Amino acid sequence: MVTISSNLLFIAFILYLVATLFYGGAITSKKGAIDKKGTNRWGKIAVLLTIIGFISQLGYFITRWIAAGHAPVSNMFEFTTFFGMALVGAFIVIYFIYRTTLLGLFTMPVAILVIAYASMFPREITPLIPALQSYWLHIHVTTAAIGEAILAISFAAGLIYLVKAIDQSKASKRTFWLEVVMFSLVTVLGFVAISSTFSGLGYHEKFTWIDKHGNEANLEYTMPALTGPHEGKLLTKEGFQPLVEMPALINAKKLNTVIWSLMAGLILYGVIRVILRKRIAAALKPLVKNIKLDFVDEISYRSVLIGFPVFTLGALIFAMIWAQMAWSRFWGWDPKEVWALVTWLFYAAFMHLRLSKGWHGEKSAWLAVIGFVIIMFNLVAVNLVIAGLHSYAGS
Amino acid sequence: MKDVKCECGHVNPHGTVLCEACGKVLDENEKKNPVLDMRYEGSARRSQTYNKTIIDKIWNFFSSVKVGVWLIIITLIASALGTILPQEMYIDQPPEVYYEEEYGWFGKLYYQLGFNDLYGSWWYLLLIAMIGISLVICSLDRVIPLYKALKAQRVTRHEGFLKRQRVFGINTHVDNDDFTVIKKHLKEKRYRVREENGDILAEKGRFSRWGPYVNHVGLIIFLFGGMLRFVPGMYVNENLWVREGETALVPETGEKLYLKNNQFILQHYDKNKDKTFKKAIEEAGEVVKNYQSNVILYNRVGENIPGEKPKLEAIKDYKVRVNHPLTYEGYSIFQASFRSDLEAMTFALTNKETNQSFGEMKINLRNPKSVYDLGNGYSVKLLSYFPDFEFGKNGEPSTKSRVPNNPAFVFRMISPENPKGETSFVAIKQTIEPSGNNTYKMSFKGIETKNVSGFIVRKDSSLWAIILGGIIFMIGVIQGAYWNHRRIWVQNKNGEVWIAAHTNKNWYGLKREIETVLTDTKLNIPEDQLQIEKQDKEVV
Ligand code: HEM
Repeated sequence: MVTISSNLLFIAFILYLVATLFYGGAITSKKGAIDKKGTNRWGKIAVLLTIIGFISQLGYFITRWIAAGHAPVSNMFEFTTFFGMALVGAFIVIYFIYRTTLLGLFTMPVAILVIAYASMFPREITPLIPALQSYWLHIHVTTAAIGEAILAISFAAGLIYLVKAIDQSKASKRTFWLEVVMFSLVTVLGFVAISSTFSGLGYHEKFTWIDKHGNEANLEYTMPALTGPHEGKLLTKEGFQPLVEMPALINAKKLNTVIWSLMAGLILYGVIRVILRKRIAAALKPLVKNIKLDFVDEISYRSVLIGFPVFTLGALIFAMIWAQMAWSRFWGWDPKEVWALVTWLFYAAFMHLRLSKGWHGEKSAWLAVIGFVIIMFNLVAVNLVIAGLHSYAGS
Repeated sequence: MKDVKCECGHVNPHGTVLCEACGKVLDENEKKNPVLDMRYEGSARRSQTYNKTIIDKIWNFFSSVKVGVWLIIITLIASALGTILPQEMYIDQPPEVYYEEEYGWFGKLYYQLGFNDLYGSWWYLLLIAMIGISLVICSLDRVIPLYKALKAQRVTRHEGFLKRQRVFGINTHVDNDDFTVIKKHLKEKRYRVREENGDILAEKGRFSRWGPYVNHVGLIIFLFGGMLRFVPGMYVNENLWVREGETALVPETGEKLYLKNNQFILQHYDKNKDKTFKKAIEEAGEVVKNYQSNVILYNRVGENIPGEKPKLEAIKDYKVRVNHPLTYEGYSIFQASFRSDLEAMTFALTNKETNQSFGEMKINLRNPKSVYDLGNGYSVKLLSYFPDFEFGKNGEPSTKSRVPNNPAFVFRMISPENPKGETSFVAIKQTIEPSGNNTYKMSFKGIETKNVSGFIVRKDSSLWAIILGGIIFMIGVIQGAYWNHRRIWVQNKNGEVWIAAHTNKNWYGLKREIETVLTDTKLNIPEDQLQIEKQDKEVV
């Protein structure tokens, strides 16, 4: 069951990749208006592949559920892949409302990155500790992820808007920040590339080090240590000697991963720039020339309108019900909860600015980008960095 | 202040921008705009009309969406700041030491700024309160005028109103059959069609306009529920420790409820049985599968007479587990934690040289006897007992608490050859003999522990408001987000057919709908006046 499950996930991943190529084909081969009925043959194949991929991933989800005996949304790998799946699902729904393949060209790469990122985490099926043994938890996590995924579609649409609306002929603050967004996406790819490379090589090196309470501890790196742990001693023969040693307060291993990913991201980005000979956003501009600005603006807003209630229900209301059952209090101000609140407040502000202050178009698109950054922060940083502060585990 | 009478005969309240009935522009400033600001239908809102007294000023401040958004943004940033370091409630050391020790100067600063208890701070609560006030005032400011304006609207609209709608078009060619077709199409699209003087107003989804107000009411009720907590008696939150086999009074129940803990159970996953998890368990070491206390809940019957044992009547036999609290009459008892306490220690009176034992004694650590008779002339007196032993300030032995965390004893060992007895001080891992050369010793034989279940007893009488608020909020957001309010006017003006349309959101969808409505007619699709402008700009 477990092998079937992971094969299905792999098939889905490949299908998403191929579908993305077809979305690209659909845009470049098209002449004339895009936002009218016509999805051309390339586009139809792309959507079909996306749907098959989605079904395959659904198969992964169900088989893994059967194998584990609980919904597979209980660790980073499972949750993040589910988020990727929800993203694809949300795109399919929005596609059938608005019939634009261009959205696929921007959404699918994000979904692919999310799933690739997910597979960098341990993939074993984990048992549930008592607090997690609640169907409310599963309802909460899945609904929240679906809500976030729908909100993320607004990011994809916002990105299309910005690529189209921003004048790339001269450098400005806007081109800079849009390029920062592009660079961040490339860096995720960098992280995936560098992690898979070192894990493919089977790289390991062990340290003993002194933590901030003065205790000696063991630590294992899976990438060569550029930043070594506090008073770290390299135990592995022929291991890489750290370039700098970090104070005990800083998690040297995580920092090391971040540095490697940034380097990989920079190199990838550099290569892309050399090939394209212009900003990534500028290179994408021809792809979006046929779409109307107010059309993508509406898709972006509509996704927020659809996603916000789902997110509220999943990330706040169901979360409160679960917390009430498990911890006897529906709200406890733990970082994860607070960041759900932050996300929610942000989108509330977004909707008010739009409805009452008339923040349409570009301003709205930037807000959609910021919203996605907050969602990703909640997914990545709060789990790995902030929550990690409480537990002093070195990994 | 005077009401304003429009040329159509409708009397509008002072401050009205667009006549409630026919839509004629009443406000001079608004006339300059090519496209009308249709928010709140140009109705007279208190905040836009009065600005004299201090009450007006406060009202206007809180009714402004700009202020509301600022409040939301500030709350958002403040909330995020509170997650940088763990909050005070999650640490188990005194905060004045903890933050600096763990996080250096930054931690110290964090503590000095009061961020250690951010969500309980007065200014954070003030922010939330201001959002609450703002919600009430801004809703009142808008909802009544909006309601009146939507109710009073007539089908036939003023030219200036139609012309300045965002979606607008003129047809010189008039064909009465077209009206029939349009009406049919509109009805198919679920519009409510009203007709007057041959003019058409088609409207749908008006109820979605109340969505924001409904959701704000939900939020207000929710916040009200949060406030109820501060009312004494509304909120009970107590810890309750019950050892296995014992019955304890459940606090804050008016001495009514008693809880007996029959057994505490702790289970781990077994990597041989739970094969699917084998790898993960090996990685993690041990993973807990279940925390459970088998309990019986009792109700006291009859009067509570001090000093007398209460008469109890069992009401519920339950297995309290995490996620499965025991609930009864508004009280919930949650499995929260557990510990094992020392229960008894066993010693043997032993001859130091021969190692011969003259009998064993088991000391109940919470209720020790003063003399243990071992028979044959051997006995042990317990002179002093320190359940939680430490050396006091003056070097004297003393006890920190009555909980047997670290028991210590002073024994007098009586034997036939030594009827006066020898004194010995015994604590964990140490023995002191005041006289220096005893014949006998108390040798340690064993220890018994007992599990103590930690429960949280909670009663939250504000929960209904929280739940109600949540439900109303959800209804409101869905109402406002999944539907929108669309109106299409098809009217005869100057021998032409004018078509105008308005929606509160999703213009693209509206325009597509108009296209379907106008198929099979000779009417032109009206244009989006804002879109034309934008396209002009793009060409330039
Ligand atoms: C956390 C707090 C709040 C939440 C979650 C919230 C939620 C919402 C939502 C979902 C909408 C509908 C927006 C749309 O459909 O695009 C809305 C509209 C609105 N909200 Fe709030 N709101 C909050 C606080 C406030 C505050 C403090 C004010 C006061 C100034 C306010 C004033 C308004 C107004 C005026 C509207 C538009 C109503 C209309 O145009 O008919 N909201 N709100």
